[in-house]
Parts: sequence; structure tokens; C-alpha cells
Amino acid sequence: MSARAQVLMWVGQRASAALLAICVFVHLATMIYAVRGGLTAAEILARLQGHAGWLAFYVVFVLAVAVHVPIGLRAVLGEWLGWRNAARDWVLAGFALLLLAAGLRAAFGLYGAIRGAA
Amino acid sequence: MSESGTEDAGMLQVRIWRSGEDGGGFREYRVPRQASQTVLDVVTHVQRKLDPALAYRYACRVGMCGSCAMTVNGVSRWTCRTHVSKVAADGRLEIAPLANLPVVKDLVADMREFFDKWARAQGQFAGATTRHDAFAQVSPVSEARQAVDAGIECIGCGVCYSSCDVVAWNPDYLGPAALNRAWTLHQDERDAAQAERLRAVAGDAGCHACHTHMSCTERCPKHISPTAGIAGLKRAVAMAALKGEL
Repeated sequence: MSARAQVLMWVGQRASAALLAICVFVHLATMIYAVRGGLTAAEILARLQGHAGWLAFYVVFVLAVAVHVPIGLRAVLGEWLGWRNAARDWVLAGFALLLLAAGLRAAFGLYGAIRGAA
Repeated sequence: MSESGTEDAGMLQVRIWRSGEDGGGFREYRVPRQASQTVLDVVTHVQRKLDPALAYRYACRVGMCGSCAMTVNGVSRWTCRTHVSKVAADGRLEIAPLANLPVVKDLVADMREFFDKWARAQGQFAGATTRHDAFAQVSPVSEARQAVDAGIECIGCGVCYSSCDVVAWNPDYLGPAALNRAWTLHQDERDAAQAERLRAVAGDAGCHACHTHMSCTERCPKHISPTAGIAGLKRAVAMAALKGEL
């Protein structure tokens, strides 16, 4: 992997971390607010389904996770297990796609576009 | 060896790492306590009076040359300027070679990799003028010149390198001293190899591997903050990468 690609991954991890800080805060704050307000799961789902704003929010959240987690794991695998070859990067690229697919499936499931996904 | 009593009053219990064919181990010595005694004084006493085969390295004895760094009670320090009273309150010293470097013998670490990384980080000044050109006029109050001032007093002792977790985890990592050197040259407006240097310090083995643990900054005997320089390099390299200049 070129030095430029490594640096861009570093930038991607910092940028996604900034997004995640906001996303996690909004996610947790909304969840606590909804539960304390006494909403049931069905009532929460009813509010989320068909709401384009929440869909956009969770798509951004999922994208940030799919960028952030594999890059962080890359450093962990390199530093703790000494795994630094190209195979590591391919495995992590696959893991990123898995996170992306699972996350988007959940986000679109909440939105109601995928029947039975959420 | 008793731990108290008149017999031990005024004596230091010193454990010093000795190399051996079995991998080596600590050997114990008793060294008389002196006023204003440094850790280097203790090691010198052991070598001159108790164990002439002990290998260690020093030169200036006044904190200029960077030769005498060792691990003292688990912490990397320059031994010539480390007073025993500061690190051995209970009268015990454990002295080992620097960490993260191969050992030549006893307390002597092999510094080749440490200095090779300075070269790999493009740690050489690259001038663009000749002796026939006029002197460069560098404003002493400019931000860049002040950044150079903050990092330039490195004596190459290896304390930061020995203290760095990332060096321990990633043997290719250039380390705090080499990156600090690259940072001072990056801030040098006369230097003509800026793009090459940013390329040399980019990526997994370069500045972006730093986790900002700040052990280097905590332990640098010259009170330099390599962490700050590395952060500056991270920003400079990232900007160059985003602009496609890397």
C-alpha cells in the first residue's frame, strides 16, 4: 500500500471519528429520551419508519463505522499480532463491506424499505 | 544481604544488568552513598572498584553528548544528570540498558537502528545555496523558527525511543527522535527537500503510527516535545496527501 493511501486512511479515521462523536451522542441521547418518555418499541419503530431524516442520519452513522472500525483494527492487528501484509488489508476491506452491508440493511429496515430486516 | 542496620547505612543496593551466554541477568552490588551522587557515578564506581568487566557508555558527564542513557528503576534516563537522591529514595537502584534496542554488552545499547532511522526520516539538512550566496535571513520571531528552537536541542540520547510503546509494537516505526528531527527541518525555510521528507515520514512506519501516548515528551531530558512535532508532521503530511503532493 502506498504511503499516500496510508495517510488518506489516517485522515479517513480522524474524519470518521469526528462524525461518530456526533452520531453516538445523538443516538444515545435520543434513545435515553425515548425510553424515559415511556415509548414502546412499536411506537419508536412507527416514528422511524418512512422518516427520511432518520434514514439519512443512520446511513451516515453506518458509513462512519464502516470507515473507522477497519482502519482501527488494522493498527491493532499490526501492533499486537504483527500482521502487516497485504492479506490483512484484504481481510479488513471485506470486513468493512460486511459492516456496511449489515448496517445499511438495519438502517433501511428501520426506514421500512426492507421487510423483516429490523 | 541485610536490608537495614549499621552495616548498610550509607550504602546503595544496586542491581545492574549483565549480559551472559544464558541471556543475562541482574547482578547485585553495594555502592557507598555520596553527596550529589549521580547514577552514572554509581555505575562508574561499580566498574572501577567492583567489577572491571562491566561495559557502559558515557562521554561528557554534563548532559551534552547523549551517550549515557540507561533504564533506571524501570524508567529511561540520562544517568549523568540523574541524581541518586531523585530516583532511589529507598536506597535501591536497578540499572538496565535502554529498551527497544539490541544490547551490545551489559549497559551498552546498539544505537545503529536508532540513528539509521534519522537518516530514513530524511534527517539531513538539504541546502539549495552555495558558499557564494548570501546568508539566509531567518526571522528569529517567526513561528517556524520558534518551532525549530523548541525541538533543536535534541542530544540523541535515545531516551524517547526507549520509552516509546509504538517502537516496541512496530519495529519499523521511525520513533520520536527521528521524527522530531524531521519536524525541525520541515520548519527550516532554507531546506530544499521538503516533499521528499514528508514522503519519508508518512504512513504506517512514520508519524501517523504515533498514538500520542506522550512518553517521549514526559521523559525527554531536554524537555523537548517530540509529540508536538509529530502532530505537526501528521497535519503537514495529511495536507500534502489531500492535495496529491505526496
